[in-house]
Amino acid sequence: MSATTLPDAPVATASAPHVTPASAMPDVLPQVAPRGRVLTFIRRHPTIFAGGLLLSLVVFVAVAAPLLGTADPTALAPAKRTREPSALYWFGTDMLGRDIYSRVLYGARVSLIVGFAVALLASVIGMVIGLVSGFVRWADSVIMRVMDGLMSIPPILLAIALMALTRGSVGNVVTAITIAEIPRVSRLVRGVVLSLREQPYVEAAVASGTRVPMIIWRHIVPNTLAPITVQATYICASAMITEAILSFIGAGTPPIIPSWGNIMAEGRALWQVKPYIVFFPAVFLSLTVLAVNLLGDGLRDALDPRMAKRL
Amino acid sequence: MTRTPPLLEVNALKKHFPLRGGLFGGVTGQVYAVDGVTFSIEKGETLSLVGESGCGKSTVGKAILRLIDPTDGEVWLDGARIDNLPASQLRPLRRRIQVVFQDPFSSLNPRMRVRDIIAEPLRNFGLADGDGEIGDRVAKLMDTVRLPRDAMRRYPHEFSGGQRQRIGIARALAPGADLIICDEAVSALDVSVKAQIVNLLSDLQDELGLALLFISHDLAIVEHLTHRVAVMYLGKIVEIAERRALFANPRHPYTRALLSAVPVPDPTAKRDRIILTGDVPSPINPPSGCRFHTRCPYVFDRCRTEEPVLREVGEGQRTACHLDELPALRMLPQAA
Repeated sequence: MSATTLPDAPVATASAPHVTPASAMPDVLPQVAPRGRVLTFIRRHPTIFAGGLLLSLVVFVAVAAPLLGTADPTALAPAKRTREPSALYWFGTDMLGRDIYSRVLYGARVSLIVGFAVALLASVIGMVIGLVSGFVRWADSVIMRVMDGLMSIPPILLAIALMALTRGSVGNVVTAITIAEIPRVSRLVRGVVLSLREQPYVEAAVASGTRVPMIIWRHIVPNTLAPITVQATYICASAMITEAILSFIGAGTPPIIPSWGNIMAEGRALWQVKPYIVFFPAVFLSLTVLAVNLLGDGLRDALDPRMAKRL
Repeated sequence: MTRTPPLLEVNALKKHFPLRGGLFGGVTGQVYAVDGVTFSIEKGETLSLVGESGCGKSTVGKAILRLIDPTDGEVWLDGARIDNLPASQLRPLRRRIQVVFQDPFSSLNPRMRVRDIIAEPLRNFGLADGDGEIGDRVAKLMDTVRLPRDAMRRYPHEFSGGQRQRIGIARALAPGADLIICDEAVSALDVSVKAQIVNLLSDLQDELGLALLFISHDLAIVEHLTHRVAVMYLGKIVEIAERRALFANPRHPYTRALLSAVPVPDPTAKRDRIILTGDVPSPINPPSGCRFHTRCPYVFDRCRTEEPVLREVGEGQRTACHLDELPALRMLPQAA
């Protein structure tokens, strides 16, 4: 019953309109003229620009701290304690006579290291866990119940508990906050993986003989990067706050290291009479977190390639 | 007696999806998505699988492609059974059956350039070595589907729906497939673009000798490009015939109802619409006997208890209906 040629005319009344075969299409996609790229970028992504600028400023301050007229942030000067902000002590001095300006600038290093390290580690580990539970069905329920368990503990409490088990150090703070943040990333990645797996382009790749590792690498991972990057910026901001909280309650970085949380903790007893001790690190923390969040919001809007249509 | 086997032979294919529920997630039922489908496709032939939403036609396509594992039944490609092959042995055969999906927006990875999308099967099957050769092959494929060559460097979101569907077709052609499964490949397109893609597919079939399994709910389009038509209802084929025979002389009451629903581009045309009552029954709990008996205008007792089998009723025309055994009732009013 093979019929290898199409009969010449349709038989019944209803038929598709006859249209001449598609000819070559004109190139209907005009090239975007390069013009004032930087300005265009700022105009299109003001939040990325503002957040990025603010964050670069904080990064610059942290990296160049020794060159910005600072003193040793840990040098004690009991005779000059609790001085008001002045031309000599820009942000004043604390109850042990340490220069708060220097301490705030060096404190930026701790916050940034903790923020970036946690964002990176939690994203990478969370991504691996998310990919495994999205692809290995039998492991999924086990992994996700563990993550549910972790998520049921408030992240601050979890970090305090983990810090209680270890000695106070920047590395341990990073580890503790990372463990508390991993469930959020892995849940996000798992969700994205599960929805991507059902995408026709993944099915088409399977039908084209692409092996599973290549499917993950070519089709799944690139499409999870945008949500992960956005999530990473929020994790970065939240890690900085968590680090400050841990330091503030004495469960974070050891007091010898100037971190914004430590400075605020030390100024706490005096905040009604000497508010500037708490004020300056708090302002820096808020601005840094704001910068990171602005960047995250901007990236969320910009990273979707479909948004590029607006070029 | 020897005869060359058909390119694709599907034999009593079944796909049942387990329904989970209850406190412990146990299996509480089955969705009989595809329940014993048999057909074959010759080289260079187009078979259309038509039916309304949810009748299991896409599941048939996915089961042939082994995107899902069939529950039961056999799939033969060129005389070799492929439904039970392990993944490692199946991979080389994937080259020969390719797919074009319905949604031109989600069937292309938004983060890959057109060149890489089309080159993916070439790389997977080692069909081209080196960037130069891959570039040449992709450029030729772009010509084949009538897309400008410089589109290779672009991303899918820069194209219209019809252009994207051409990219999808180029990807399906890349490994030199013998059979392309078009799963509602033109349903998401505008009428004019639809016609262009249909014409492209039939041109390609003539040029390359492709066989097409054209899954669609649109009889007007099907009529335009198919050789044979199989009509599905609730996971079963109710009628299968040459195009001419099916459109001129539909035998199964469901086929008649379906044909009478095709819009006619003439407002003055007098038509006898067969309006079916009720909804499609659930595939979780399909009706006993003939699955169409709940909506069939000609239903009689036997339909409720005994399931009709596909029977030859004319040359190359088979239908699963008890009416065909009652000579007195064979001359029912025609639908079209």
